[in-house]
Parts: sequence; C-alpha cells; structure tokens
Amino acid sequence: MDEPQIYSSLDEVFRELFDDDNINLTPETTAEDVDGWDSFNHLNIIVAVEMKFGVRFETAEIEHLANIGDMVRLIVAKSG
Amino acid sequence: MEPLQSAAARTNSSLGLSWLPEMPAWSAELKTLADADDVAAWAKLVGLANSRMDFIRTIRLDRARQTRLGDEPPAGLAAIPVRLAVLGSSTLTHLLPAIRVAALRRGIWFTTYEADFGQYLQELADPCSNLHRFRPNTVLFAFDAAHLMRNADPAMNAAEADAALQATLAHLTECWHLARDVFRCPVIQQAALSIFPPLLGNNEHRLPGSPARMTAVLNTALRDASEREGVDLLALDARVATDGLAAWYDPTLWHRAKQEVSPAAAPLYGDLVARMIAARQGRSYKCLVLDLDNTLWGGVIGDDGLEGIVLGQGSALGEAFVALQSYAKSLSRRGVILAVCSKNDEANALLPFDQHPEMVLKRGDISCIAANWDDKAANIRAIAKQLNIGLDALVFVDDNPFERNLVRRELPMVAVPEVPADPALIPMCLADAGYFESLAVTDEDRERTSQYQANLARAKLEGSATDLPSYLRSLEMRLLWRRFDRVGLQRIVQLINKSNQFNLTTRRYTEEDALAVMDDPLAFGLQLRLLDRFGDNGVIAIVIGRQSADGDVLIDTWLMSCRVLGRQVEEATLSLAVAEAGKLGARRLIGEYIPTAKNGMVKDHYNKLGFTFLAETPTGSSRHGLDIGAFAAPEFFMEIAEG
Repeated sequence: MDEPQIYSSLDEVFRELFDDDNINLTPETTAEDVDGWDSFNHLNIIVAVEMKFGVRFETAEIEHLANIGDMVRLIVAKSG
Repeated sequence: MEPLQSAAARTNSSLGLSWLPEMPAWSAELKTLADADDVAAWAKLVGLANSRMDFIRTIRLDRARQTRLGDEPPAGLAAIPVRLAVLGSSTLTHLLPAIRVAALRRGIWFTTYEADFGQYLQELADPCSNLHRFRPNTVLFAFDAAHLMRNADPAMNAAEADAALQATLAHLTECWHLARDVFRCPVIQQAALSIFPPLLGNNEHRLPGSPARMTAVLNTALRDASEREGVDLLALDARVATDGLAAWYDPTLWHRAKQEVSPAAAPLYGDLVARMIAARQGRSYKCLVLDLDNTLWGGVIGDDGLEGIVLGQGSALGEAFVALQSYAKSLSRRGVILAVCSKNDEANALLPFDQHPEMVLKRGDISCIAANWDDKAANIRAIAKQLNIGLDALVFVDDNPFERNLVRRELPMVAVPEVPADPALIPMCLADAGYFESLAVTDEDRERTSQYQANLARAKLEGSATDLPSYLRSLEMRLLWRRFDRVGLQRIVQLINKSNQFNLTTRRYTEEDALAVMDDPLAFGLQLRLLDRFGDNGVIAIVIGRQSADGDVLIDTWLMSCRVLGRQVEEATLSLAVAEAGKLGARRLIGEYIPTAKNGMVKDHYNKLGFTFLAETPTGSSRHGLDIGAFAAPEFFMEIAEG
C-alpha cells in the first residue's frame, strides 16, 4: 500500500471515529487539529489503525508519534 | 468502510459479533436518525445495533443515540430501563458505549455509571457519593486481575497462598453485600482474566503463590461463592479459553492506559453483560426455529430421498449435521423449545424424523412443525402463535440467505443469525450469540431433561448390579438387525473401514463392494443396531457371509464396535448369522481369523463361540467350523428383532 492509499484509508478511520466527513489528514496533522482527539480517542485511533492495516505498534513507537506523518511512515515500514 | 477486524477476530469471528448480519448502508442509515420521530428513531437504533459492528461503530452508534434521544428513554418501552453501575480498579470507560449498544440490541435502555478510578469501596460506603445518587438497579464488579492478585507472591507457601485467596474472596463478598444491602439489586462479578505468564510452566499449580495459578483458583472459587451469595458471574475466563488471551488483553494498552480489556473486544464484552441483564428480565430467546434441507441434513429430502440426504457417520459433512442436531437436542433438554420451518411437503419433511436411523432429533423433540410452501415469515408467525410466545422470543436458523433476509425484513424482532455455511461451525455460532443465555435452570426446564440422565444412570446401574446377567437383563437391550440397505450404506462402509480391534478379517469395503453384497443372492450383509433402556447406541456390528461352491457359508467379515463389548452381542450376532446361513441351505458356517497388529483381542473369538478348529496357515490365519444342524443358541440377555 503506498502513502496516498494509506492517507485515504486513515481519513476513513478518522471520519468514522469523529463523525466528521470533512477530515483530510496531512503529514503535519496533530491531535490539536482534530476536534475530539483526546487521550481516550488517541487509544481508539491506535487500535483502529492496527486493525485496519493489520499491523502492531510497539509500546515505544506509540510514545514517539508526533503527527500523522509519523504514523504513516510506521504503517509503511510495518506493512512492507 | 467495512467493519474493522483484529487479527484475533479474523480467526475467531465472535469478537466481531459475526452472527449479526452486515448492513451495507449502515453509515447512511445512522444519518437518517435526525429526521425520525422518537419511536421511529428508537426502532432504527435497535436495527443498527443488530448489525455487525466493530468498536468504532459501537462508539458512533452510542453517540448517535445520545445525540438523538438524550438521557431519557423514549416513552412506551416494553423493557425495564437499566441503571448499571460499573465498579472497578482500572480503565472501564471504553467498555460503557459497548454495554449500552448491546442493551439497545435487545431493546433495553441502559444508563451507566462508572465509579472513579479505584474509588469503588469509598463510593459504596458513602451515602453521599455519586454512586448513591445514581441509584443503580444492577451493579457490575469488574476488577482487573492485577488488582485481584495484588497480594500474590511466588514465595508464598500453600497455606499463605490459600489465606491470600480467602482474603480476596472475603473482600469481594463484602463488596457484594454492601452493594446489595444499599441498592437491593442484582450483582454481577466479572471473573479474573488470566493475564499472568506462568512461572513454572505446565505444572504451574505446584507453585502456590503463582499469580497464574491463583487466578485460576480464584475463578473456581468465584463459582462456588456466586452460588452461595446469589451473584451472577461474567465468565471472561471462559471467553479467553475460547478466543485466546490476545483477543481480549493487550499488554501495551494495559501499560499505556490501564485498559485490561482491549477496545477491540469491547463489542463482545458489552454483549456478554447485556445478555445477562436481559436474561434477568426474562428477555432471552426461548425457541429455536430450524430449517430442514441443508440445515439439519445435507441435500433436499424431496429430491434426494431418504437414502440420498447426507446425515450421519460415514462422511464428515454428515457428522457435522449430526453434531448440529445434537446441539439443538441438548438445548431442548435444558428448556429451549425447538420448532421446524421448512419449504417442503409435510410428508417429505417428516420422513427423516420417522425413518432415518441417524436422525438425532426425533418428532417428539420438535414442539411445532411448519412444513409447507407458504413463505417463511408467515410460517414463523404461525409458529409463535401456536406456541403462544412472542415473535421476539424466536431464533431462526436457515442456510439460505434469501430466506434469512426475507424473515429479517418482515419480522425484525426475530433473531436471524448469519450462520456460517459450514454446518460444523453453527453450534459455536449459536453459542457465541448468547441468544439463550440463562442464569439458572428451573424445575420446569429440568423436566425435559430426563434423557440427559441416561448415561449417568447406565454407569450407576453397572456399579450397583450384583452380577453380570442381572445387569445385562436390567439394560433391556434390543438388537435390531437389517440386511444392508442404501440408507445405512455410509455408516456400514465407515464401520468396515475404521474398525481395527474387534475385526476378524480386517477386509475393507468400498460402497460399491457393499452394494455388490446387497445384489449377490449367495451372500448376506447384516447391520446390527443396539438399543437399551438408556438410548440408541447406533449401528454397532457388521457381518458379511458368502456361500462357497461347496455349500458352506464363509463369514467374510465380522466386526463390532468396542463400545458394546461385554454385552453378549457376539452370541446374539452368531445366532443371526446361523439363521442367515440356514436360509441359504448351508450345513456349515466357517469362521476365519486373520491376525493383524491390532486385532489380537478376537484371536479366540470362534473358539469361545463353540466353533471347531479346522486349519491354520503359516502366517497365523485360522479357520473354524460350526455345524449348523447341531447349533444351540447360547444364552443372551436381549431381544432380537428385524428393524
């Protein structure tokens, strides 16, 4: 799966979770930019992304996610 | 987007509520809530809750319900609204939407309350607490395993470990008493998740203070305590045994957010809680309505006939249908009503129940049979009316997606599981769905379970009988014999090809070979079925005899299931073989023993039955003769009949 496809799949996950069809994620998007992205929903995002892409994030990796770009790079690396 | 599936859910579909049908326009339907009035909105919400969902959809549906209907249930709901307090020692917030949505699935309005992190004891004790203000009418104690095992220490000896467990149990019991004294309501205790890695290994039980061992012991003790105290158990440990720990518990999430149950498992967690509370309200399903063709047996009885349907031993598929029937029968024995809804001529539909030897379900097990050419929704209405139960008490199982969808559309209150195409998987699917969740078995349920006791009674009788003949007489055995026939063909061939121990010659037969025996005027093939006062043992022995040129009848094949050893079936079988040989005009019956690595147990078979030794080959095969004219039937303790 290439990066544009991953962004489009991630958009789907975020739009569903936040019931907001206008979400368009970019590499720079952070929790500040999405209404409702609190610590509770942060975990939901992690679990949903793991399920969606069939990957698993390690404890340390989750700690170091700064923005959506980081997450996409991890997904690319893990899904080969 | 398609519902999400965790890796665990891909192999174990119960986590994704796989018995619920997919709703393709789920998100679009969710958006129509705003335009519906309260009653219609509630019906839409219930419909949405009854489609397959992941935890994200669960959250969305709960949010939509909150937005549309607010904090109060719509007027006129039949089910009593539930005020559920969830008390625990770690993060449970993410489970509450799933609990509320699972209640919605059953048409019940749930309001939930989560006590502050680890403050459950103070909140229970303090009359001014938020918990007291909430006034729950059900309390769920959902402690994480780390909390329950906080006093476990691998250095403890057995007495210390036992004392630690007793202290934990005493604490739990105190919580139950507090909750019940204050709120006068049902209490549910969650079993501990077995999250601890073993310290010894296979024989973990030998380390008294091992958290893994103590968790297992606590869960056993919780069963006893829940009986004593009238508390209901949320058996997460049983789910972990089915789904695997990884499906329920993710150590990463535990360390990060103290979520012991993973969000991915939340939909199933919520359903387990809601189904118990629904059962308390008497809102579990009561009746299993079964289709026939390709549901209870393979094939179409009207086209394939009694001999053509796939049912019973001899094929994997046939055994799967038997297993499904057995599961249905077991459900009926604990009180679930069985009904049949089939597009068939009634005479055809009844034929297997009355005449197929491998049918586990008999006519007497089915409370209501609707077999005709009307549409199934009409027939299901008729079944509910005849049984005098609500349509919302029915579960309808049909292999045909068309019929399932028709019934869902016409009768949305009927549960129609999206059963797997493979009948082997259907019993677990029905169990996972929890339709028939029951918190106790009533005396009324038990009355239907007389047969359930059969095996126990048989074993008990054997223990109490003073001598073998009186035991055998008390079994009231009936040996039913039949010539080979097409209905029994699969089982005959299967027995011939898998029997190794009680098998005199170990000759294998294909179906064609067995058919050839049926057509040969100089041969006979006998299939023997043994019944006793406790039930039907099925076809347990096969004999094939063939007349040779010299007029003697040679016993080509004699085999028996070891399950019926010691019941003098051998003696009874011999008298049948003698009678068949006599019909062919034979004067002598010849028995043959061909030794193999496995059939040493029948080495002296013919000698014991009074045959005379004739000859032995260098490889150890032997022949034995019996003079038919001089044959006197030995004593045996069963009735023999053709049938």
